[in-house]
Amino acid sequence: MTVTDTKHAVTVRDLTRRFGSFTAVDRVSFDVSPGEIFGFLGPNGAGKSTTIRMLCGILAPTSGAGSVAGFDIMTQSEKIKAHIGYMSQKFSLYEDLTVEENIDFYSGIYRIPREKKKERKEWVIEMAGLASHRDARTAILSGGWKQRLALGCAILHEPPVIFLDEPTSGVDPMSRRKFWDLIYELTGKGVTVFVTTHYMDEAEYCDRIGLVYRGELIALGTPEELKNEHMKEDVLEVACDRPQDAMEAVEKVQGVKEAALFGRGLHVVADDAGKTVGALRSFLEMEGYLPTRVEGITPSLEDVFVSLIEARDRAQQPQKEVAG
Amino acid sequence: MKPMRIFAVARKEFLHIFRDPRSLAMAIAIPMLLLVLFGYALTLDVDDVPIAVWDRDATPASRDFISRFSASPYFTIVRHVDGYEKARHCIDSGEALAFLVIPEDFSETASTGQEIPVQFIVDGSDSNTATIAMGYADTVAATWSRRVMMELEQRLAGKSSSLPVDMRPRVWFNPDMESKNYIIPGLIAVIMMVIAALLTSLTVAREWERGTMEQLISTPVKGPELILGKFLPYFVIGMFDVFLAVLMGEYMFHVPLRGSAALLFFMAAIFLAGALSVGMLISIVTKSQLLASQLAMVVTFLPSFLLSGFMYAIANMPRPIQVMTHLVPARYFVALLKGIYLKGIGLEILFVEAGLLAVFGIVVVLLANVKFKKKLV
Ligand SMILES: Nc1ncnc2c1ncn2[C@@H]1O[C@H](COP(=O)(O)OP(=O)(O)O)[C@@H](O)[C@H]1O
Ligand SMILES: [Mg+2]
Repeated sequence: MTVTDTKHAVTVRDLTRRFGSFTAVDRVSFDVSPGEIFGFLGPNGAGKSTTIRMLCGILAPTSGAGSVAGFDIMTQSEKIKAHIGYMSQKFSLYEDLTVEENIDFYSGIYRIPREKKKERKEWVIEMAGLASHRDARTAILSGGWKQRLALGCAILHEPPVIFLDEPTSGVDPMSRRKFWDLIYELTGKGVTVFVTTHYMDEAEYCDRIGLVYRGELIALGTPEELKNEHMKEDVLEVACDRPQDAMEAVEKVQGVKEAALFGRGLHVVADDAGKTVGALRSFLEMEGYLPTRVEGITPSLEDVFVSLIEARDRAQQPQKEVAG
Repeated sequence: MKPMRIFAVARKEFLHIFRDPRSLAMAIAIPMLLLVLFGYALTLDVDDVPIAVWDRDATPASRDFISRFSASPYFTIVRHVDGYEKARHCIDSGEALAFLVIPEDFSETASTGQEIPVQFIVDGSDSNTATIAMGYADTVAATWSRRVMMELEQRLAGKSSSLPVDMRPRVWFNPDMESKNYIIPGLIAVIMMVIAALLTSLTVAREWERGTMEQLISTPVKGPELILGKFLPYFVIGMFDVFLAVLMGEYMFHVPLRGSAALLFFMAAIFLAGALSVGMLISIVTKSQLLASQLAMVVTFLPSFLLSGFMYAIANMPRPIQVMTHLVPARYFVALLKGIYLKGIGLEILFVEAGLLAVFGIVVVLLANVKFKKKLV
């Protein structure tokens, strides 16, 4: 089966990649519309980078089908490469070259026409805020600068689809904020952005999110949809003494499904917040945990993901026991 | 193949080389250092062998015989001694390398035309030098004997006579029999083979190790563009090395270049293309700098040194080894360089070697291009 879809910027059906007997990406399917910011969210080792590499044409899929920018991922990977920008997880510019030399190199590689070359270079330098460092070796730049320069080099040729693999990992919060402003600027011009992250707060900035866990796509939708549809239970926020101990204790309370540490307190998942608040508060007071706050809240994406992942693990547990 | 991309890659690669003092040293200083070291170490000529002499006869005839040694360029008489103990001391201390003993009845026996047992004792701890010194001593003694014999015959027969065979050896192509004249051209070939392969062995592997390759293979750059772009700066450096080596041969080792310099550089270009591609191929296949540099060293150094005919004549090797030497590209370049340097011959004679060198280069370049994949894993 081949999928060449021009309505979507990225289309994937049953995309699978195995390394030996290990399945890193398992039958993943989704679509990304033009101009959308699509976030691929999941813990380390979930298969985010493996997926993005297959979409960029630098890793052969084991099976499945898909298209990127209208080209088939199985047969037209070189065509895809001319129409995308890819920023790999690891900083991958030349550290012994200066800012300008790196930009010049990629302008040559992307064959930016002479008359546009200067303009694109100035655009990257300005976008990355590197005007006073154009002759500095890339090695001495801070993380935020490096990451913006890498983005600039990857989109010198103004590709319609951009793949960013954990672009903000290891970068200070200010730079992360700035980086997201750049992403919005790009999507404002109609560019499609496919971004992986393991930061929950960044997931909220995306138009749509796919949650990957152990190679499988376990949820897909806008942040709102995920919070409303995938979270059937309610979440209670608890502030109390010794939350670590309290976390284990509260699971005995009637109506509580699970509890997790969240910030300095707890998030408690319950079937019905209204019915559980009272029981929970009196239980904590009785046991001496001195609760200062117990109330129902809108679940955050993290709550949704924790709950989805735990549901997944519970579902797989019996199978494993039978198999093992 | 787009020139713009090739140029971009070549320029970047040049910057890498010039920014890194180690790679510059490796590219230029090391080959020259090797040429000097090996050039002097491997020059096999033995001249001015220091000898001690014990003249037990002390007659005009014995002095005449000894004077043949001191007049020869091969020997220098460092000491006259009387007794084996003293001679032994001279040799132990390294003052003399050999010891000549003239028997007491030297002139008496000589006048009768009988064989004279002259003793020539050589320090055999360096067997190569010992063999050569013995050969020289033989020659000096034989020349002297022949003259004495002829004089004797003339006196007896009252007329001049001549020996039935008068062999007059003449060495062509290297008339002074100076080993440096054939060592240096061969050495240039061996060093260039090793250095060229080592230089390029790091270039692709480095990008895989640093992660820059992952970015590069996500762009539309084509494998051949990348390989050619990376190849160009090293080719320029390699040709510069050959140029320096030829200059050093000329002014430092005084090796005469009899043939065409243009032909020499043309052949060097073909050879370098192959040798650089060997390194590139290794780099592409291993994806590891350490492994690639070790492999490049192993596959180039020993075969070039032992099997190229640079030190050991291929004709003297066992048959199976002779066949193997055909797989050693340095073999052809050594033959070409020796031909151009010593015999001054041109392509009309060397075309087989030149052709095989070109075939080798083309095969390796194609292999490198086939093996390079724009995919991970
Ligand atoms: N080349 C490879 N060979 C073997 N296993 C791999 C390879 N690349 C990735 N993996 C494995 O696949 C899994 C997913 O990796 P990756 O896609 O990098 O995860 P993520 O980017 O989500 O952190 C990991 O368990 C990783 O060890
Ligand atoms: Mg990753």
